[in-house]
Amino acid sequence: MTDNANIDTYRRRFLGNTATAIAGLSVAPGVFLHEVAQARPADEAVTSDVRWGMLIDTNKCANGCTDCVTSCNDEHGLTGHGRPETDAQWIRKVDLRDKQTGHTQSLPLLCQHCEHPPCVDVCPTGASFKRADGIVLVDKHICIGCRYCMMACPYKARSFIHEALQDQLPHAPRGKGTVESCTFCVHRVDEGRTPACVEACTAENHNAMVFGDINDPDSEIAMQLKQHSSRQIRADLNLNTGVRYRGI
Amino acid sequence: MQNLMQTSLRILLALSVVAGLPAAAWAGDDSLLPVVPQAQDRYSKTQGCVEPTTEMRKNHMEYILHQRDETMHRGIRTRQYSLEQCINCHVSDAPDAPRVSSDEHFCNSCHSYAAVSIDCFQCHADRPVKTPNPHALSGHAKSANQAAVLPAEPHQALATEVISND
Repeated sequence: MTDNANIDTYRRRFLGNTATAIAGLSVAPGVFLHEVAQARPADEAVTSDVRWGMLIDTNKCANGCTDCVTSCNDEHGLTGHGRPETDAQWIRKVDLRDKQTGHTQSLPLLCQHCEHPPCVDVCPTGASFKRADGIVLVDKHICIGCRYCMMACPYKARSFIHEALQDQLPHAPRGKGTVESCTFCVHRVDEGRTPACVEACTAENHNAMVFGDINDPDSEIAMQLKQHSSRQIRADLNLNTGVRYRGI
Repeated sequence: MQNLMQTSLRILLALSVVAGLPAAAWAGDDSLLPVVPQAQDRYSKTQGCVEPTTEMRKNHMEYILHQRDETMHRGIRTRQYSLEQCINCHVSDAPDAPRVSSDEHFCNSCHSYAAVSIDCFQCHADRPVKTPNPHALSGHAKSANQAAVLPAEPHQALATEVISND
């Protein structure tokens, strides 16, 4: 659903630009059109017309389910050394328990992709940056591993790589001495796909996570945000997070 | 002065003719040059690499660096100058193919000869890797599908944390 809504923005523009050129041609260009229209053209830069966001419904998030975490680890080749304090972690499950009532809740916590990210404010080299479409990333080519961003992040979303790695995946380069965090699966998003955690959650039929363009009023996420009340974690910090929660 | 130079040139020439055999052997001895592995494919019928080979030998780093910033910061994912495509084409996807630590790896074959150390592969994959979801945009689906499969290692990081709300 969300996927289609996101695609539509690009598809519309693409169709508009190329309709005349394609008009006289038949089967082969039609196939080409279909494939390319799945995502923003590869040679086109991201713009601030789009703001990627995620809506997590904690009522649907199953207690004890860690599919989002597992799929993220698989997608990015995150492997641990059995040392939970320092192993890389892009998304984690947090269980909340109200001591008075005993009510428990479970939710995934990941980089909140803030509009005003504190990690970007404190970065001395410009390695921590926000892409035009709202995705907060670390440019590991210029990260010096100072870990200021880890201190600044209110969500403990970032990890530092302490040890040399091997056999990284081509779409997820990771290395010793740099900080990393959730990228909203930027390599997938750039292809018009949804992040791995959302895909896993939907595949398990939990449907607790919705990903899409908050700026597009026709996208599923924008419609759900409009319809239901949602919260930002630590909204008092005025970071305008891209990840919103329902039911907390 | 000029005469002196001409004389010494003549002497040198004569010497090299006398010692002709070893000199010729040295000039034509390819064993001292790096053995650069063949690429898996050609870019086009007329061109081996994405730019003329002489240009790539001299300036490949400029292309990769430019593409790096374009992809990282602007989300431009054209494949022509991407490091991933370099690897997909220039490195074998056989499981026992040489890794970047070896002089037989495409990149290192020349870099070790030129004594230029690179840190690209501290983070980037040094061989084509088959991913569970091969890139839809990849122009090299063939090599992606044939690539080595990495052993899956269980991730033992703390998946859950408990926060109690008083």
